[in-house]
Amino acid sequence: MHRLSLFDTKKALLERKFSSVELTQCFLERMEKHRDLNAFITVCADEALEAARQSDIKISAGSAGELEGIPLAIKDLFLTKGIRTTAGSKMLHNFVPPYESTVTRKLLDAGAVFLGKANMDEFAMGSANITSYYGRVINPWSCGNKKLVPGGSSGGSAAAVAGHLCVAATASDTGGSIRQPAAFCGLVGLKPTYGRCSRYGMVAFASSLDQAGPIAKTVKDAAIFLRVISGYDPKDSTSAPEPIADFESFAGKSIAGMKIGIPREYSIDGMSNDVSDAWQFGIDIMRNAGAEIVDVSLPHTKHALPTYYIISPAEASANLARYDGVRYGFRAEGAKSLNEMYKKTRQEGFGAEVKRRILVGTYVLSAGYYDAYYLKALKVRELIKKDFADAFGRVDMLLMPTTPHGAFAFGEEPDDPVSMYLNDIFTVTANMAELPGISVPICLDNLHRPLGLQLMAPKFREDLLIQGGYILEQSANFPILDEIEG
Amino acid sequence: MQYVQTSSGVWEVVIGLEVHAQVISESKLFSSASTKFGVGPNENVSFVDAALPGVLPVANSFCIDQAIKTGLGLNGNINLVSRFDRKNYFYADLPQGYQISQYDHPIISGGYVEIETKDGLKKINLERIHLEQDAGKSMHDQHPTQSYIDLNRSGIALMEIVTKPDMRNAAEVSAFLHQLRSILRYLKTCDGNMDEGSMRADVNVSLHRPEDPFGTRVEIKNVNSIKFMMSAIDFEVNRQVEILESGGIIDQETRLFDAASGKTFVMRSKEDAQDYRYFPEPDLPPLVLQQSRVDAIRATIPELPMAKVRRFQQNFGLSHYDASTIASEAEIANFYEEALAVGSMNVDRDFAKLLANWLVVELFSLLNKEGLSICSGKVSAENFGKLVMLIKTNVISGKIAKEVLAMMWETGKLPADIVKEQGLKQITSTDTIESALREVLAENADKVAEYKSGKDKLFGFFVGQAMKKMQGKANPQVLNDVLKRLLLSE
Repeated sequence: MHRLSLFDTKKALLERKFSSVELTQCFLERMEKHRDLNAFITVCADEALEAARQSDIKISAGSAGELEGIPLAIKDLFLTKGIRTTAGSKMLHNFVPPYESTVTRKLLDAGAVFLGKANMDEFAMGSANITSYYGRVINPWSCGNKKLVPGGSSGGSAAAVAGHLCVAATASDTGGSIRQPAAFCGLVGLKPTYGRCSRYGMVAFASSLDQAGPIAKTVKDAAIFLRVISGYDPKDSTSAPEPIADFESFAGKSIAGMKIGIPREYSIDGMSNDVSDAWQFGIDIMRNAGAEIVDVSLPHTKHALPTYYIISPAEASANLARYDGVRYGFRAEGAKSLNEMYKKTRQEGFGAEVKRRILVGTYVLSAGYYDAYYLKALKVRELIKKDFADAFGRVDMLLMPTTPHGAFAFGEEPDDPVSMYLNDIFTVTANMAELPGISVPICLDNLHRPLGLQLMAPKFREDLLIQGGYILEQSANFPILDEIEG
Repeated sequence: MQYVQTSSGVWEVVIGLEVHAQVISESKLFSSASTKFGVGPNENVSFVDAALPGVLPVANSFCIDQAIKTGLGLNGNINLVSRFDRKNYFYADLPQGYQISQYDHPIISGGYVEIETKDGLKKINLERIHLEQDAGKSMHDQHPTQSYIDLNRSGIALMEIVTKPDMRNAAEVSAFLHQLRSILRYLKTCDGNMDEGSMRADVNVSLHRPEDPFGTRVEIKNVNSIKFMMSAIDFEVNRQVEILESGGIIDQETRLFDAASGKTFVMRSKEDAQDYRYFPEPDLPPLVLQQSRVDAIRATIPELPMAKVRRFQQNFGLSHYDASTIASEAEIANFYEEALAVGSMNVDRDFAKLLANWLVVELFSLLNKEGLSICSGKVSAENFGKLVMLIKTNVISGKIAKEVLAMMWETGKLPADIVKEQGLKQITSTDTIESALREVLAENADKVAEYKSGKDKLFGFFVGQAMKKMQGKANPQVLNDVLKRLLLSE
């Protein structure tokens, strides 16, 4: 039962094939058995079993919610009332939130069961889940002795879903943190339009880019999940009062006559043959499904990544200023003055990648550099938005690879940060333009590593992503991971 | 002190202010926490105010309305699109590590406040008004080695009102602050209470030769009363004159005023000036206002103090002193106009003036004695008006009226009832007064003789004696007239 999709699990629970308690128990045992994946920072066994019991009662009573009794992993960036929330950082190693994030509140209201808090890159800064204070996460697709990274920053969420340690997981995406680990782990990752889901109660990384979304086993699962967590929230002034479609109903609709744009700028040097082949495979699927394939240009694409690495650290440098040891979280011992307390706390509480980004962000906002970096980046961001607006004047969706390569092995990760940042090259554009994007697993490369393709649609057109993603998924017939090796 | 004259020539003093006015609002600028003053430490703190992870600011639309109202009351332009920015700095009582403020797109641009100077009216122009959140409070005197933080103030809405460098001496600064405070109180957008810190001001002072460009300015912080503000400016002007006269240059720096010594001290120099790294607040969309909202607020702007002073002088013939004293507070002005309504529909200027005088002298002295405000309800505006009308219509004399007022204060009774009960009605009958006077003159024949031989001052003595005989109830005018006639005919 642990290998079932969310859709099938829901059906089985309602048909009483098994109970939520049995299912939850099964996942808790698997989580224990596969602790070496390090997918979870905190396991909430007692709370999960209690929630499952409540769900079973509701299912019996015929008052099941949308996700009643379905065990999920929650990225440790969503505040969960009474359950420690660390954001992968030592800084919050002891932080127990007094309130619930809007996204997890909606999931709880729908009857979901939380198994635990998923590991992640520290403050969501990373592309391989190697910056977590709570250790690396192993990609369940690792084969033999070669351990693969799960991608990041939602590496724990992706590993937990791929390893069948939960049915689905929440994740968040600032520059690709849902889609890239989904691609690396052979899963569906959906980053909604900026404003589709409330950011209230999500530990902020870059406020103008952050967006919550699901990592799931199938496109339909992602659609069901998305509908539950979507919606305007008066507590988040940037959330949008847009109508929420029945996303699930778009899985299975024809795309005949739709125009699918292939942005030529995404054919970059150094892209592996496997990735180009996968892309071509996806193009063929769409064409065979009756879509018209259109060559399009997004001329400012090459500026997206550098721009992203100005805007996101700038916002992060302010967002992370609150971690000062004064009110909650980690406080270094032995400081003799306020300034010393700040220095020691932030020196000891933050990891290297977080400090690097705070420094970069502080630098680009400083007097004398603001115009050259931050202000210019804001202008480039507008040009990127315009590129997409122009493209969507001609096509319904865009299709491109999610990542330039498959998951890399432990020890083979780039050793300089800038090369690591290249992981986000195909994903940051959606965040910069506030667009929705979905990564769908398409095939395995010659090293048996999953590869994903990405669809992007105009703002608030997640319905199109479900429609197109489902076509890709059905034709690709990507294998689900049978069992974790080792 | 428009110019400071020294042996080397004249220096012109140039002063600008940054006033922080706390917005009157039940809840904070970006959270629903209460703004109530005087509660225990950290009682009015929401998750947003304490900057927990994941919290987001939500702009309080009432505070925005208050800023619009202030902008309109101060003759500013309401910017239909403005923006919030983050001002980044670390301090223990700044939970977010940044203050949400407005940097280059404030909600209000321009505006002015008219003040009275000895040379007539002067416009003090405003640069801008923007909204921002207040910080918390650090307390360093609660524990020998630790500092405590109180976040009750954290997140409370402030309006920063920035003037142009239009003031030239401490008296103008004082007039500006008094006038600004009065307007804000009329608008009910800030209570102007400097003791509780709901109005604070930083002052920028520089000196230059009138023919030269402005000099380097020094900012003085932490001045928490208008009186201290004036001392700080005087001290600072003298300090700068001394430096400039001895050939020195003024450092651009921030200084603190120490009320105990009356001196200013360096807080930080230009080199230590902070780089606040302002950038647009990504958690809040731009603040977009509809013109209709601005128009609706404009319709609620009351008549403001300057206009009231003018009307009181022109329509009622009040002295400038009385008019501006009464117009200084909306409550006093309302009391006055309500009391005035006791009279006829067409304003009787004599009654208006008499009423103003009685309000400013007699009622104020009673209120001051007990430290009460005009709204205390001890004497209603209507009853006060009726009392003055009794004087005006010669029912009672001014002297008796003071007694009646005191009784009204104690008992809350109507003035006419008190006059009736106590039999205080003024006697205007010439016959009654004449017979009393005749008795007095008969009893004091020697004094009458002295009077006739030129001791004019005894006239008052006769008046006093007659009044005494009549328990003070005689109409003074009639008494005078009759006495004059009797003395002439003696």
